[in-house]
Amino acid sequence: MKGSTFIDRLATWEGFLFLVLVLLILLNALSTPFFLTVSNQINLFQLSIEKVIVALIMTLVIINGEIDLSVASIMGLAATTFGWVFQAGISAEWAIVIALTIGIICGAFNAFWIAWAGIPSLVVTLAMLIAYRGFARVLVEDRGITDFPEWFDSLGQAPILGPFPLSMLIFFTLLVVLFVVLQRSAFGRKLYFIGSNRDVAEYSGVNVRRIKATIFIASGLISALAGILFAARVGSVRGDIGVGFELDIITIVLLGGVSIFGGTGTITGTVLAILIVLNLRNGMALANITGHLQTGALGILLILSVMVPTIRDAGQRLWRTVRGETG
Amino acid sequence: MRNTFMSRISPTSMRILALLFVLILTILFFSTQIENYLNARLFNRISTSVAIILLIAVGQSVVVLTRNIDLSVGSVVGFVAYFVGGVVGAFPEIPAILVPVLAIALGACFGAFNGFLVSRFNLPSIIVTLATLAIFRSILVEFTDGSSITTASLPDWLTEFARLNAFVVGNFRVRWMVVISIVVALVVHVFLTRFRAGRQFYAVGSNPEAARVAGINVGRTVMQAFVISGALAGLAGFMFLARFGNITIVAGLGLELKSVGAVVVGGVNIFGGSGSVIGVLIGASLIDLLETSLVRWALVSEFWRDAVLGMLILLAVVTDTFMSRRLLARPTAKAAAAKTAADNTAAPIAAPGARQAEGS
Repeated sequence: MKGSTFIDRLATWEGFLFLVLVLLILLNALSTPFFLTVSNQINLFQLSIEKVIVALIMTLVIINGEIDLSVASIMGLAATTFGWVFQAGISAEWAIVIALTIGIICGAFNAFWIAWAGIPSLVVTLAMLIAYRGFARVLVEDRGITDFPEWFDSLGQAPILGPFPLSMLIFFTLLVVLFVVLQRSAFGRKLYFIGSNRDVAEYSGVNVRRIKATIFIASGLISALAGILFAARVGSVRGDIGVGFELDIITIVLLGGVSIFGGTGTITGTVLAILIVLNLRNGMALANITGHLQTGALGILLILSVMVPTIRDAGQRLWRTVRGETG
Repeated sequence: MRNTFMSRISPTSMRILALLFVLILTILFFSTQIENYLNARLFNRISTSVAIILLIAVGQSVVVLTRNIDLSVGSVVGFVAYFVGGVVGAFPEIPAILVPVLAIALGACFGAFNGFLVSRFNLPSIIVTLATLAIFRSILVEFTDGSSITTASLPDWLTEFARLNAFVVGNFRVRWMVVISIVVALVVHVFLTRFRAGRQFYAVGSNPEAARVAGINVGRTVMQAFVISGALAGLAGFMFLARFGNITIVAGLGLELKSVGAVVVGGVNIFGGSGSVIGVLIGASLIDLLETSLVRWALVSEFWRDAVLGMLILLAVVTDTFMSRRLLARPTAKAAAAKTAADNTAAPIAAPGARQAEGS
């Protein structure tokens, strides 16, 4: 027993992810000297910052035993709303407010059917994945909207605190807030409780509907925020902004050890998974592996990550036998 | 009288009747909105495009019946269309009959891969097929270097097949593609409703535990469902190739959502266990009709297509959920009614009589 706590910790899923991450960073760092520079790391984050932000809230959604497939479409709808409203002559500040409100409305619409009508989130958000994207297309059709004010375009790129741009500051703030909510608050405990056994939670007096509704509205709002950040980063708005992002986002969360059936997982795991995926993409780019193959690799990763509980159980069983034999 | 009529119709048939009603309403509505709407050309165009989506949707519905979902079908269609097109282009003297067989076999392999992951490791099908959607597509892109198949490289019989009429009534042309697709749908329908092996799909979907206890091999049934879905997507890929001729690496993109739409709108319960292929046939026609008509409707832009489709799917699911809840509530309502009736008639009589009334 003595002295084994560190090794025990490594035997958890987070520990395993940590080892993989260290390995990846070592490999990347050995292949290019630029890898470990601050600017490269920030650049790495920036290229996927929108997905990474949504992955944080998706962690809570999936722990709660639900799923939100409509996040990428909400991103698209919020971004196109922003562009459309801006083009109609409203100032960019108000356009942002309106776009965020659209995100809240989309989230609330999902929440209504899921929490109030009791229809599984998988189906509701699959339908809304199509519908919200459809509305985004209706707004901008085939056009692209550009020529936003300079301050808006610089939101996505320009460093405002040290080397960090706004989107990364938002990410870190959200990370801290969600960590506290999930790991240190009553709300977070209830979230896990509902995820592991909804009926028991309901009979214990937890207001399941209200918590589910809160989570989906938050998911809508944060997705909208991510959509606006995307628009700011690329400096233009099109109907197909963020198409297919839900795949990457869900992959990250599941890879982080969150069970697709709810009830288990941590924000720490998600953050480790984020770092792994970012480093993997960087590594693949260095190895000249193209975008489509990267998506394919992520698909394989996704399948492996739903097998996480299976792998983890097998690993722990193995670990226990090994320890049982040696001491 | 009305009561007996209503109770004789099963919820599934009721659903189909309601769908037919909506389909007719849609046609009537658009015929008042679009000039020259109701003619043979509309029929010809829609029947040909329904032929392809119907095959995919029938396969999808078998998977959905078992409480699963197959989101990879769009990528399978694209991959098969491209691959078969490439093979036919390289070996033009290949016997015609082998081409669709190759397409079906290839599709079935993809389906088996999905089915293996889902049934062997107990993984959620939505995640597995979301992943294979990306994997199959990325293999295609890698394998082709982004080049396209062109009509010119295909043998003539293949492109002519898409325009081959089985029979013609007036201006209405019924293509062979349409006939094949409908025959496949009917065969699957009969298989699902009349054969033991077909009923197993319903059993697994409505209660996997009970199915297991009843001696059904749940894993194998799920596997079969995915193989059927893959095989039909493969056949659809062949038709896709014949119809369009020019196949790019994005061929079939988004077909998975359209097929899920057709299945859900067609009244197949997304949580498995109930629904019929006939409903899916009407659902697919309705979705295609809406798409084609929205494009021609002057009042709204064609970009409304997806928005309408998404809301339609939601509407179908909401209707289903509330209908099945009412069905679940019905036995208790009936029992309660019987009890009050018994109480009313048996009130003055002694206890044993009341018990008898309740029992009947």
